[in-house]
Amino acid sequence: MEVTLTVNGASHTLDVPDNALLVEVLRERLGLTGTHVGCDTSQCGACVVHMDGCAVKSCTVLAGQADGADVTTIEGIGTVDALHPMQEAFRDCHALQCGFCTPGMIMAAIDLVQSTDDLDEQGVRDGLEGNLCRCTGYHNIVRAVLAARDNM
Amino acid sequence: MAENGTGIGAAVKRKEDIRFITGAGRYTDDIDQAGQAYAVFLRSPHARATIGGIDTAAALQVPGVVAVYTGADLAADGIGDLPCGWLVKSKDGSDMIQPPHPPLAVERVNYVGEPYGIVIADSLQAARDGAEAVAADFDDLPAVVDVATADAADQLHESVPGNQCYDWELGDKAATDAAFADADHVASLDIINNRLIPNAMEPRAAVGDYDAASGVYTLHTTSQNPHLERLVLAAFVQVAPESRLRVVSPDVGGGFGSKIFVYAEETAVIWAAGKLRRAVKWRADRSESFLADAHGRDHVTKAELALSSDGTFLGLRVKTIANMGAYLSTFASSVPTYLYGTLMAGQYKTPAIYVEVRAMFTNTAPVDAYRGAGRPEATYVVERLVETAARDLSMDPAEIRRRNFIQPEDFPYATPVALTYDTGDYEASLDKALEHIDYAGFAARRAASEANGNRRGIGFSSYIEACGLAPSQVAISLGAGVGLFESAEVRVNVTGSVTVITGSHSHGQGHETTFAQVVSDRLGIPLDDVEVVHGDTARSDYGLGTYGSRSIAVGGSALIRATDKIIAKGKKIVAHNFETTEDNIDFTDGVFAEQESNRSMAFAEVAFAAYVPANFPLDELEPGLSEKAFYDPGNFTYPAGTHICEVEIDGETGVSTIVAFVAVDDFGNVINPMIVEGQVHGGLCQGIGQALLEHGVYDDAGQLVTGSYMDYCMPRADDVPSFTVDTTVTPCTHNPLGVKGCGEAGAIGATAAVMNAVTDALGVKSLPMPATPETVWKALGGAG
Ligand code: FES
Ligand code: FES
Repeated sequence: MEVTLTVNGASHTLDVPDNALLVEVLRERLGLTGTHVGCDTSQCGACVVHMDGCAVKSCTVLAGQADGADVTTIEGIGTVDALHPMQEAFRDCHALQCGFCTPGMIMAAIDLVQSTDDLDEQGVRDGLEGNLCRCTGYHNIVRAVLAARDNM
Repeated sequence: MAENGTGIGAAVKRKEDIRFITGAGRYTDDIDQAGQAYAVFLRSPHARATIGGIDTAAALQVPGVVAVYTGADLAADGIGDLPCGWLVKSKDGSDMIQPPHPPLAVERVNYVGEPYGIVIADSLQAARDGAEAVAADFDDLPAVVDVATADAADQLHESVPGNQCYDWELGDKAATDAAFADADHVASLDIINNRLIPNAMEPRAAVGDYDAASGVYTLHTTSQNPHLERLVLAAFVQVAPESRLRVVSPDVGGGFGSKIFVYAEETAVIWAAGKLRRAVKWRADRSESFLADAHGRDHVTKAELALSSDGTFLGLRVKTIANMGAYLSTFASSVPTYLYGTLMAGQYKTPAIYVEVRAMFTNTAPVDAYRGAGRPEATYVVERLVETAARDLSMDPAEIRRRNFIQPEDFPYATPVALTYDTGDYEASLDKALEHIDYAGFAARRAASEANGNRRGIGFSSYIEACGLAPSQVAISLGAGVGLFESAEVRVNVTGSVTVITGSHSHGQGHETTFAQVVSDRLGIPLDDVEVVHGDTARSDYGLGTYGSRSIAVGGSALIRATDKIIAKGKKIVAHNFETTEDNIDFTDGVFAEQESNRSMAFAEVAFAAYVPANFPLDELEPGLSEKAFYDPGNFTYPAGTHICEVEIDGETGVSTIVAFVAVDDFGNVINPMIVEGQVHGGLCQGIGQALLEHGVYDDAGQLVTGSYMDYCMPRADDVPSFTVDTTVTPCTHNPLGVKGCGEAGAIGATAAVMNAVTDALGVKSLPMPATPETVWKALGGAG
């Protein structure tokens, strides 16, 4: 099937198998390997991207469902010279170690901050419940999200 | 030490973060080779079966399928077994029994998920379809799952009677028995240390490539120690000689031990790449990680502590059955012995200790090192037992520890279980932890919880670990099959920037930052002028990788040796330039200066002079400025500390909430406190996970019941608290940086602290891990 989607501001029309997943299109067709795959049951959040402004697990979205959508990945939110405040906060607070969960974590956290009023520590912990990190114990991730909340 | 700036002791932001936060990290699965094929493994659905026949004809007809190989194909090609690198001896002096472990099963399968074939195709989908089309005949046999009764069950391996790998002992049995005979009190516990599944967030992966023109094999894989991978694949499995086998570990998404080992999958992938003369790529699905990554822990233990009536420890007796799983993984045998029995003194002056460990085979995934590796299990035994003794004698748990601590003046201290601790101040950490948790206020907090119908408990864990693996002479005399030193190279470039090449490997630890801090501090050059290279056998000398909290203690020490050589060579060059002798040259803050004159050369000028040797006396002074060093530690390092956990248990639901967790650790000198704290946080979370959430469970038929994130409960952000982390410092006495290592402490200390707190809250002697709400609720008296 043919799908047309905008990814990080650029429009792509691609011929994909019916069962292709959004994450496969991003990683394998568009070379956007910042979006990771950490599980096969939609439970780790390593693959989170934004679709029309909302965080989605791209391993759980068919490419066809993304037809016409505006998708943003970790590669699209900031650059080395102009980091997104959430990227900045993750680095400042040492909210990453191996970095594997980080793109999904950052994308989920941006959506969480944007969609929640009066976000506090418990709100961050509850809101990131769909994203696993095996390295950081979450302590510094929580600090980073709260710091970014004040700068976004 | 620098509080600010970028030197040793500064909380420098990590260099590697820029690529990770922008999505530019490069993990194995991000790597593609031109024309690559895709691999899918055939895995046993049975825990124990003989393989009747494997019919691959239909699979080979699937469009896109290139090849199907089975264990017999690898065997026919001379591919050897996956070896275990540590030979443990039994009490009677006999060698442990190592059953054959072919990378792909040939005649028999022994655990669910064991690979017996590999399907390779032009696309991943075709490989999956091909795997579906393979018809294998299995003769199902009864599975041996329960480790405690495995000795009386069916024999799994022809060469292993009673399914026993070894029956090992350590310590003085007679002296220990005598201590128990004289004791006023004996505290005893039956302990099950639950099986854990490591779950690094990046699944294992491998991309094998073969260049027919040069005969060179290149394997990109998720390894914590690429040189060891190359050594095993070359020397034992015999894929190719080391000179024609390059192993690259690019960015690796966590390991926690599980990526130390040499597995079947990368072995089959690199072999198949050579066979097909085509690159082959494989990435594990998470379900495969659950089935086929080496698991951790899984001990059944009986432990007893003999005491006098005033709480003085007299003797410790420990009897453990350790589950090896179906085969011996790369370092499996060392974990419940030399990384476990040797730690039974803990922080205490217990004069007599005797440990027995029987290692058994079962029809479960192989068990090997997982963060802490043996030391969390030892800490759990000692610290649960000490807490039990305090309760038995109605003593304060802090006081009973204090009374028995090895004191600062006792170092170096030789324990009854083969180690010599170099330094420590255990009371300092305990006191600081008591202050942070507000121990004095605990009684009031408990009363407040109880007034609300809840329970509250406090639990201690004063752990010790042996890290900085390892002094090679000691390790080899105890059965290690490899040296455990580390290498470093400091390459000064022509204009003064520096490339550091280390045999350590970072899979989250931040070596690109900390190692650069060490070198920039020593050489007095900007941090940005130092680049750290690791993870590629083609770029670095032989190295042993990263595990056992060894990188800064061993790899960092090698780095110091190499920078010392750079400074010495720099002095020679400057002395030549100034027509004086080296002992007239001082080096401070990046400047070589002649004593008693105002002549000096900056580091970059010396570098340039080294590579533009206009008039070097060539038989005394070689051009260039690049030095290597290998460092073999003189002893282990001994990080230690006290962790205190406070829990509140909901009286109605049995849900345990960690209301406070304090960790005070002595890691010796610290290079980057920000990174050290992060390491502690992550370890604590894993330790808490073991206590409250995680459990790898097989049913009686040997099926893995907890094979996905739906059944295996990983700690999530809302399961853990923010932590209070602090340090005390007694510098390590035998390495140049005075460092001890910090990677495993959290996971070693936390589990016992949590379970001591939960049992304290419930007023019960013990509780099986994980202490899930259901388990706790039953202990509260809920209907069973
Ligand atoms: S890959 Fe795990 S949730 Fe998408
Ligand atoms: S940083 Fe490694 S999994 Fe989160």
